[in-house]
Amino acid sequence: MSEFVYLFRASEADQREAMGTPERAQRSMQAWLAWMRELEAKGHLKDRGQPLDRAGHVVRGKTKAISDGPYVEVKDIVLGFIVVEAPDLEQASELSMGYPMLEGGGTVEVRPVMKMNF
Amino acid sequence: MDLSEHLFRRESGRLVAALTRIFGVHNLALAEDVVQDAFCRALEVWKVRGVPENPSAWLITTAKNRALDVLRRERTARTFAPELGRLLETEWTIAPAVDEAFADSTIRDEQLRMTFSCCHPRLPEETQVALILNILCGFGANEIAGAFLTGRAAIEKRISRGKKALASSKRLFDLTDAEFSPRLSAVRRALYLLFNEGYHGASRESAVRTELCHEALRLTALLSEHSSAAGPETNALGALMCLHAARLAARLDQAGDLSPFLDQDRSRWDRQLIVRGLGLLERSAAGRELTAYHLEAAIAAGHASASSVDQTDWKLIVGLYDQLMTIAPSPVVALNRAVAIAQRDGAERGIEELDAIADRERLKSYPFYPAAIGELELRRGHPEAARAHFAAALPLARNPAERRFLEKRVRACQTTLQDTQAPLE
Repeated sequence: MSEFVYLFRASEADQREAMGTPERAQRSMQAWLAWMRELEAKGHLKDRGQPLDRAGHVVRGKTKAISDGPYVEVKDIVLGFIVVEAPDLEQASELSMGYPMLEGGGTVEVRPVMKMNF
Repeated sequence: MDLSEHLFRRESGRLVAALTRIFGVHNLALAEDVVQDAFCRALEVWKVRGVPENPSAWLITTAKNRALDVLRRERTARTFAPELGRLLETEWTIAPAVDEAFADSTIRDEQLRMTFSCCHPRLPEETQVALILNILCGFGANEIAGAFLTGRAAIEKRISRGKKALASSKRLFDLTDAEFSPRLSAVRRALYLLFNEGYHGASRESAVRTELCHEALRLTALLSEHSSAAGPETNALGALMCLHAARLAARLDQAGDLSPFLDQDRSRWDRQLIVRGLGLLERSAAGRELTAYHLEAAIAAGHASASSVDQTDWKLIVGLYDQLMTIAPSPVVALNRAVAIAQRDGAERGIEELDAIADRERLKSYPFYPAAIGELELRRGHPEAARAHFAAALPLARNPAERRFLEKRVRACQTTLQDTQAPLE
């Protein structure tokens, strides 16, 4: 088994689409909870990650300039991450297809955690 | 913990009410943004940590914090609720003022004021109902369009026009206003229409329609909780809603097909709602005025109190319909009255009454007018004529359930026809 990080990204418009009306918010939340339960039940959920606030700072370059962000500059912002266990990258990608925000145009980045062999 | 059904829809109306208290009705759009933001945050946190023990309190805390952010950030750029005035200007008073807006009793009052504001006499009734559904009940334009069989664009237009009118007013309707009493009638009327849309509406989704009925009941209960909005007429409205809502589940049979009133399995009627309805009806008798709500509730009570169609006091029911025809005549009331007369005096008399409905022109797109004639023709032994009437009703069906029901009646007529035409042995 290998570990993978799912980085969830969506634009503000995607988020609005998913949460725009109370009934849609209800459906999105139900889809999320069901997906997380399924990953957990099948033993894939290694770490539930942390929710990330949208408002933050971006510190950049030599000047270490601070700007409000990250949403000002980028279309997609990172909404959060979880860590899953899967045999390989192909299956990890397959599992990520249940990510509910995909329906609304969001993306999920599947990144293998590097193995350290000492 | 699991997500309770309609959580976001329920909370949406409450949060918008509290936030409008703070921001003022001219900032309704801002209030809605803050609610949406709270929902997005809920999604981010709950998906990781699970649904909290008290999701409603979680959403309130989140909305409060966002409201404080907005107030501090935009204090100089915007004006907020005139009612709160200076309370929002200093750090000493801002937090308690926001807390107070989210207190249960404030939310109830603000929801009531919002309902009254939505029923402004300048707004058409259909706009009033759409606004109530959107702002107070948390239905999106799509869902409202589905319930009313109207295009989404038309509903969106209705809602945005209504909201523009709301936002142009300085403040929400004041419950001590001199216009209170006429406005209260308009509110009751809008809630009655909302209930009817759920009960009789043409939407194919019975779940959506049941929700509309429950929302109408909830908002009518809100009226009853407020001393000046409560009273005999409001109780009568509540009674008629409870007594009809009690029959909602029995309107579809086990196969999911429409079950006509006379054939319903009365053991599936909701006893709790009937008891509540009968209690409200009793209290509605306190006044001197007899309204259409009283009569409709009394008719429904007559049915609810009878264990079967045969046990029903049809004489009483016909008498109530007679009274209803004098104070609120309509072709649909006349149709129902004729059906009751058929129960009392036989199919023949019923058909005479149906033929005699003065403005039956207005029923020409209503499938249950020809269907009622068909039913009575069948009952008096004229299956051929009955089949023709059901066949005429078929193209008027407004959804698949009505269509299936009418097709079944056409087939029933054919079976009767074949049986009577079979050669005698």
